[in-house]
Amino acid sequence: MIRTEELLLNVGPQHPSTHGVFRIIVKLDGEVITEAIPVMGYLHRGTEKLAENLTFTQIIPYTDRMDYVSAMTNNYCLVHAVEKLMGLEIPERAEFLRLIVMELQRVASHLVWWGTYLLDIGAMSPFLYAFRDREIIINLFNELCGARLTYNYMRVGGVKWDAPEGWIDKVRRFIPYMKEKLEEYQNLVGGNEIFLARVKGVGSYDAKTAIAYGLSGANLRCTGVKRDLRKDEPYGIYDRFEFDVPVGTNGDCYDRYLLRIEEIRQSLRILEQAVEQFPEEGEIMGKVSRVLRPPVGEVYTAIESPRGEIGCYIVSNGKDKPYRLKFRRPSFVNLQILPKLLVGETMTNLITILGGIDIVVGEVDC
Amino acid sequence: MGDLLKESLTWGHFLIFVLAAVVMLLIVLGFVTYTILFERKVLGWMQLRPGPNRVGPWGMLQTVADVLKLLIKEDTIPQKADRPLFILAPVLVFVPSFAVIATLPFSKSLYNADLNVGLLYYAALSSISTIGVVLGGWASNNKYALLGGMRSAAQMISYEIPLVISVVGVIMMSGSLNLRTIVDGQLGGIWHWNFLPQIIGFVVFVIAAVSELNRTPFDLAEAESELVAGYFVEYSGFRWAFFMLAEYVYMFAMSTLITVLFLGGWDAPLPFLNFIPGLVWFALKFLLVVFFLIWLRGTMPRIRIDQLMGLGWKVLLPLALVNILVTAAYLGIING
Repeated sequence: MIRTEELLLNVGPQHPSTHGVFRIIVKLDGEVITEAIPVMGYLHRGTEKLAENLTFTQIIPYTDRMDYVSAMTNNYCLVHAVEKLMGLEIPERAEFLRLIVMELQRVASHLVWWGTYLLDIGAMSPFLYAFRDREIIINLFNELCGARLTYNYMRVGGVKWDAPEGWIDKVRRFIPYMKEKLEEYQNLVGGNEIFLARVKGVGSYDAKTAIAYGLSGANLRCTGVKRDLRKDEPYGIYDRFEFDVPVGTNGDCYDRYLLRIEEIRQSLRILEQAVEQFPEEGEIMGKVSRVLRPPVGEVYTAIESPRGEIGCYIVSNGKDKPYRLKFRRPSFVNLQILPKLLVGETMTNLITILGGIDIVVGEVDC
Repeated sequence: MGDLLKESLTWGHFLIFVLAAVVMLLIVLGFVTYTILFERKVLGWMQLRPGPNRVGPWGMLQTVADVLKLLIKEDTIPQKADRPLFILAPVLVFVPSFAVIATLPFSKSLYNADLNVGLLYYAALSSISTIGVVLGGWASNNKYALLGGMRSAAQMISYEIPLVISVVGVIMMSGSLNLRTIVDGQLGGIWHWNFLPQIIGFVVFVIAAVSELNRTPFDLAEAESELVAGYFVEYSGFRWAFFMLAEYVYMFAMSTLITVLFLGGWDAPLPFLNFIPGLVWFALKFLLVVFFLIWLRGTMPRIRIDQLMGLGWKVLLPLALVNILVTAAYLGIING
């Protein structure tokens, strides 16, 4: 009789595939996981508490550091909430600039996901291809606001910097380039038998479970639920553009992969229309007072970040600092389904599933 | 060298043998040094980066610098590790990797040992390395290492069998386990080479060989995105270097074996090209195989362990058996 034991394995906080300082305690029976307990909080900085002692403009750089792969959408989430609370009008040009940077950011964020996901699965080269193309977007942002990762670009009432001369043309040139590259990537990876075998049917769940866990973004849409805040509750000027909301059917890692690739295509479609309609001239800042004092009240706004629904809830008591500020972080919410998905899977699938959820630890821990 | 082997052993001959072994060792080490560079360069080009280019011209001394660095590193052994086994493991991996080179022929006259069971010797010795891997995984007293070691054992059992069975067809065709005789049977141009009549065996052998080498897409034992580094996660310095060295020496040996068994060894692809020395042809084919292995690493994701076992037992093994059957039937018809 062989005596067997369960193996308690700490995956993380330093592990190449947990995408930051995230830790999962897994109980292994051989290579099969019987229980998984995610441990988060290694990157907790208390952003929400800190925000209570900061003016609204001062909070913006903190949002950069939450989802650092997609800082532009985080910026927007906060300023959009404050604007809604104050009932501000945003100049046309600023709206366009915001939309363009947000969609570029979505492309960049999905590229990072694509590269790192394949790195998790064991393919090394796609990572470098993805980062080459992301670099173009980063350079565009750099030209726009002087930062490559933490942009601090948006302000309550508009944006901080106007597009430099020729910037829109560069964006225009980027769109067909990215479309072509996307086809190339699909050829490189999409048909690879090993890749398909690794992701098809792995980590699947149905729409009911997804809704019960409050999932959003590609994690929700992969089950067939057609929900995209850009379409369902349009904010900014999204209602002016034509784009589709792709949905999956099986709710597995492969569907999530296809969805994110398709979302890049749709973002490029929006960008195409946006650069055509981009107003030649105009203000980039609305008329706002120097010190922002939103009226007493509460507001919740949610937007569609690359990872899902990112929401900002503000309670204002009429001062220049929020009384309470709360972010609904999609990475954190989406992560909650992980222990359920992992039971009965192997160590290898742990990486596939965790990667497929697409978390950014800065946002999980906030 | 063949004639020398038949003569009686004198001090003079012994000296020649020792010298030959040292030369061979240097060749293999030189190969390893530059394969690592070549691999990094090729991967770099595939991945839109220049690869190592700082140490020496064209990065030629990069590997030398890396090895030097590894040698002067502190030798750390984890406190809770099984000390004797921990020390023994890299040796067990590394010694057979060099021992298998003894039987490999490189050209008509350049070979070390003319063993009649050369192929069997190779298969037998190369499996010893897996014991070293499992031992290293166990002795490290690290859970990731243990998982890596176990995976390696499972992988070895699933792949050694199709690997050996897939070459039975070749053995049947040449009627010998002697690697030189196998090449002699393929002389006379590309259409005589074994990879054409033995196409099933060839494919099975190459897949099983990649798995045997623990290289992408079968690098499960060290899967860095899952098991961090797998069985050698606790190793550092020169012990780690020994694992790495063994890996590349096996790459050398396996590429040689593929060339010899299936690609006609030192035979020129077209008979009128015979004026070019056999060693050149051998080197070309050999480098092609090496490049193929690197190419795989640049493009393939990693397969999952259960899929790997399934592939080994359910696909490769039956295919290899079918290959034997087909070869036997073919030989039966030809020979009446």
